[in-house]
Amino acid sequence: MSLQDWLSRSEIHPGAPGMRALRVPCEQWQKVAEHVAGAGGRLICLWSSGRVNTAPLVHAAFLVEGAGLVLTLPLLDAEGTYPGIEHLFPAAARMQRAVTDLHGLRSTGADTRPWLRHASWPQNYRPLIDPGIPATAAEARIDSYDFVRVAGDGVHEIAVGPVHAGTIEPGHFRFSVVGEKVLRLEERLGYVHKGIEQRFQQLPILEAHRLAARVSGDSTVAYSWAYCQALEGLTHTEVPPRAAWLRALYLELERMANHLGDLGALGNDAGFAFGLAQFSRLKEQLLRVNQSVFGERYLMNVIVPGGTRQDLDQTGQLALRKCVWEILEEVRTLRTIYEEHEGVRDRFNGAGIVNAELAARLGLTGLAGRASARPFDLRCDLPCEPYVRLSVRKAGRNEGDVAARVALRFDELDESGRLIQHILAELPEGRHHTPVPVPSNAAVGAGLIEGWRGPVFVALQAGPGGTILRCHPHDSSWHNWPVLEHAILGNIVPDFPLINKSFNLSYSGHDL
Amino acid sequence: MLKTLRQIASLGIVSEPPPQPDETLRIRDTLQDRIREVLGRALCIRHVDAGSCNGCELEIHALNNPLYNLEGLGIRFVASPRHADLLLVTGPVSKHMEVALRRTYEATPDPKLVVALGDCGCTGGVFGESYASCGRIANVIPVDIVIPGCPPTPTRILQGILAAIVRGQRAGTSA
Repeated sequence: MSLQDWLSRSEIHPGAPGMRALRVPCEQWQKVAEHVAGAGGRLICLWSSGRVNTAPLVHAAFLVEGAGLVLTLPLLDAEGTYPGIEHLFPAAARMQRAVTDLHGLRSTGADTRPWLRHASWPQNYRPLIDPGIPATAAEARIDSYDFVRVAGDGVHEIAVGPVHAGTIEPGHFRFSVVGEKVLRLEERLGYVHKGIEQRFQQLPILEAHRLAARVSGDSTVAYSWAYCQALEGLTHTEVPPRAAWLRALYLELERMANHLGDLGALGNDAGFAFGLAQFSRLKEQLLRVNQSVFGERYLMNVIVPGGTRQDLDQTGQLALRKCVWEILEEVRTLRTIYEEHEGVRDRFNGAGIVNAELAARLGLTGLAGRASARPFDLRCDLPCEPYVRLSVRKAGRNEGDVAARVALRFDELDESGRLIQHILAELPEGRHHTPVPVPSNAAVGAGLIEGWRGPVFVALQAGPGGTILRCHPHDSSWHNWPVLEHAILGNIVPDFPLINKSFNLSYSGHDL
Repeated sequence: MLKTLRQIASLGIVSEPPPQPDETLRIRDTLQDRIREVLGRALCIRHVDAGSCNGCELEIHALNNPLYNLEGLGIRFVASPRHADLLLVTGPVSKHMEVALRRTYEATPDPKLVVALGDCGCTGGVFGESYASCGRIANVIPVDIVIPGCPPTPTRILQGILAAIVRGQRAGTSA
């Protein structure tokens, strides 16, 4: 069997364009993954499903040969182990550990430490299957975690978090250092795990886009769109063209707002407070126009199943065009200031390098991937409506350092501005919303959207009577967090905030 | 360097006047006079994300942009709870952050204020209470001020913070 044979055996998977579905027995599971890896394919996500009295399933979604492939492995025995794929896709290791924490299913992966589960629920409680709250949860306890120790003359550890020194999400970083030089970084995440996937199973499927929009607040548009795309796929709903274009407008506005914020913060982390003041002012300008046009600064509730909550009138279009044009003018000036500033250049260049070979081996994705010679962007490579008509110019860099991730943001900011002007000029007439029927029991759908940070994936399965049987939202941060552990190696501890910021990964989107 | 200076000079000052404190956000009235006496209008804030979706964090960042001129009001964010007068807490409290939040609260010297930020901090929000979530902040530590919103705007946050420290119009004296 070759990859083409597997793909020809697969069926259409509703939702995002180009998605295929294939059910395989245990002995073929790893085989398909090997073929995908051999063809240079990417892992999108690995997750599990199944409730009480149903056979557990393990799923993996891949991007390969210009298509998406959702692979499903039915398990006959919940007590046994299923074959891990972390040797082919290193990012799968933590996802497999999370499957154990939430579903009780174990892989053959060597690392058996819990990942999302700290001490708040016992090992035998399976949050996605077992009802109620486990008895021990009321008693908050301190747990311990087996960090990998580095020994030797002069080696010491620096423990950081979960409460950090700035306005950042919680997580723990364990540095092993000699002097100022980092020998090893080990992350421990899961602190903001608040039971999002179990919560989905308690919500009506036609209303849960509100929860999807709050998986990672900074990517609210990407998540709510991906959720709605999955839902519209499994109900066979055709979204009106105007709604698709408006969604793309929101997504590019979200990309602009986040890139502006990051560029300011990166300047600040390089000791250039001027940058923070300037870029945060521009971001505020954009958020205020969002507020006046859409009634929301972050567009948290504007995407709804079947389309968008509201239409966009001429006045709103004009306000957006003017604001985006003004911001881009100023960004061009600020870009030359960043590029010519000795101190900023000195901090950005050569810091936190992820070279192309390492990026490919570890599966670096999204924005950070494009800065390390992995030119992949769903808006170009597997576009949904309206991106098939927008011919997005993909940004790309090869250096893989902080400077490359900064330059990429500048390039994408410019391109998003161009796209917004284009969308506003060509916005199709018609309705912005169409009703979505209650889905039939057990229907499945997938959503896949290129958020500002990287691909956002949502796997959705309907239950009886408009309920959710299973919903798994997936952030690209899952893939990039492990790479950050490598990016810092050989750098000095004081450069960590800068390097970390240049990735700007989501904790909430990862911890769920 | 010239370009940088030209940009600064041509832009001028963009800061806006602060909003009025909103007394309706206060839910607990303990030690207020003493706190006002001790702190005056110089306030150090320690932000704690106890399980948020990071939406509220975006607005806390926005609060630090030049338009709101927070430091001009004598308010600043500090890196340690030991330096803080006020804890600004976001999120539903995840079970995994419960201990860290309690410890942060204990590490903050008295007299101290706690502001619960956002719908989740005020009520548990869309996440509610579960095996992994303790729900609202007040379920874990005492809260003085609640600022609802998803996320609340920087102006709203500022109104809440000012209500915590400034004797507002209710008492008829100016800050």
